[in-house]
Amino acid sequence: MAIPTIMGTEIEYGIIVKNSPDFDPISSCVLLVNAYREDPEGRILWDYDQENPLADARGFQVDGEKYTPNQQENIARNKTLINGARYYVDHAHPEYSCPEVTNARDLVMHEKAGERVMEISRREATELLPEGALMLLHKNNSDHKGNSYGSHENHLMDRRASFKRIVEHLLPFFATRQVFCGSGKVGSENRAKRCDFQISQRADFFETEVALDTMVKRPIINTRDEPHADREKYRRLHIIVGDSNMSEYTIYLRSGVTALILSMIEDGAIDQDLVLRDPVQSIKDVSHDPSLKQEIQLDNGKKMTGVEIQTAFLEMALTYAERNPVDDAVREVLAEWQEVMTLLASDPMELRDRIDWVAKKALIESFMDRQGLDWKDPKVQMMDLQYHDTRPDKGLYHMLERQGKMRRICTDEEINNAVFRPPADTRAFFRGECLRRYPGEVFGVNWDSISFGVDDDPIKRVMMNEPLKGTQAHVEELLDKSENAKSLLANMD
Amino acid sequence: MAKFIERSAHQHASDRARVFMAAGSDQKQKEKAKGGGDSGPEGGSGSSKKIAKKGEEIKEDMDSLLDEIDSVLEENAEEFVKNYVQRGGE
Repeated sequence: MAIPTIMGTEIEYGIIVKNSPDFDPISSCVLLVNAYREDPEGRILWDYDQENPLADARGFQVDGEKYTPNQQENIARNKTLINGARYYVDHAHPEYSCPEVTNARDLVMHEKAGERVMEISRREATELLPEGALMLLHKNNSDHKGNSYGSHENHLMDRRASFKRIVEHLLPFFATRQVFCGSGKVGSENRAKRCDFQISQRADFFETEVALDTMVKRPIINTRDEPHADREKYRRLHIIVGDSNMSEYTIYLRSGVTALILSMIEDGAIDQDLVLRDPVQSIKDVSHDPSLKQEIQLDNGKKMTGVEIQTAFLEMALTYAERNPVDDAVREVLAEWQEVMTLLASDPMELRDRIDWVAKKALIESFMDRQGLDWKDPKVQMMDLQYHDTRPDKGLYHMLERQGKMRRICTDEEINNAVFRPPADTRAFFRGECLRRYPGEVFGVNWDSISFGVDDDPIKRVMMNEPLKGTQAHVEELLDKSENAKSLLANMD
Repeated sequence: MAKFIERSAHQHASDRARVFMAAGSDQKQKEKAKGGGDSGPEGGSGSSKKIAKKGEEIKEDMDSLLDEIDSVLEENAEEFVKNYVQRGGE
């Protein structure tokens, strides 16, 4: 029996300051993250003791130096928010890791709340810049010049599922799921062959099948083995192959379908042989053909298109849902996936109100038609970039949404609430509520722990090894009767 | 910060109204595409006038969308695209 879904995303944004000749991305990121102030004293640490990014899922430890910043740097780069998210500076990009959620709809709500946190801070940060300078953020994955930054998805998995089997089933799934969750890109880069428009932002950057790296020689399957939970019971699948999506519907489908496929792997329900001969080449071939007709070679000699491979996964999922207890939220995902696959096979452009790459392509082509532009025109490349602009009044995705052209999954009210409220049904609730109620007494935070510094007592770390414990149902009463962290700790003993 | 949230919450109500209206017109478009309701595919000249009117509306709708792109698109696209350089991340 598959374990319950626990997932979240970590999204890096592109950052640039217009009219600023000495723009430096790192100091701009620090300015941005610190422009968002929930904790007035701003002194809560990210707890690096709990991290081990060099453990490999294939069962070994990789050599290398673990990054641990000094205290001042730590505080300047990390914010843990009352909604349970982590907002921080990762290398030269601002990054938002949403709190752990249990279903696709909540994931949309919290990933979108992250966009608002970014936009709120961007406005505040721009106020602090010299006159005329303007900070801009893009929820995209490439500068079109060979530099890519990530959109990572995390899913908790049963440690007992063999990593070898996970790799075998996920390579064909990840090489082709872009047909319904690519964000679209004008042109190609990173020495990929030339094209006008491709389905995925990221496909050009994948150079190997399986590895621990994320910044060089990027792998389709990343092996980081850092569960942020009980190691004996769980692994965390760290998915780096996806695009940053703007469309709520695309985020919903991407996360919901991926979670379902992972449950099926845990339950041994993937029984078709879809092993690809060359997944690294295939991910690019699928991406470079928005007509969706390109066939790719399977290891067993068959040839299938990306849509056919995804349809094969869908058929296995439908059988799985007939034979297993599957909740309503998953059934909804499955119904949407089925409709999308039908349209991808018949008339993909019908999905312009739902799927990012289709929406972007349709918009750009209409504009090109009207203005007589070709794919190389800077205005066309600009539209690609501006689709991902976080500004509600300038971003082209936001414009489509405002004009009622995009299907929504959540209301604006739900997203605004998620800026301030953690999900009720995971440990993120305990984390967020402790930060809201006892900010002065929280010393450090990580996904699976929170530590308190009360008076002159030694720092006390509370472990949260079970992502489904620490929910509202578990801890609200405890929190309500604890007026401060000292009494919380006493009440927990 | 609170102001931004309030504003977008307020915007939300009008957004929803727009979504609702757009959804309604989509529905009508679909009906039309299926043959225009009761009058059927061989409907009289009244029906083809209606279709032409609908076509006009779709075109106007698209035109207004493209006008908006024109008004929000970064003015100096060439310069902006050239200067948009990010460091690799992750």
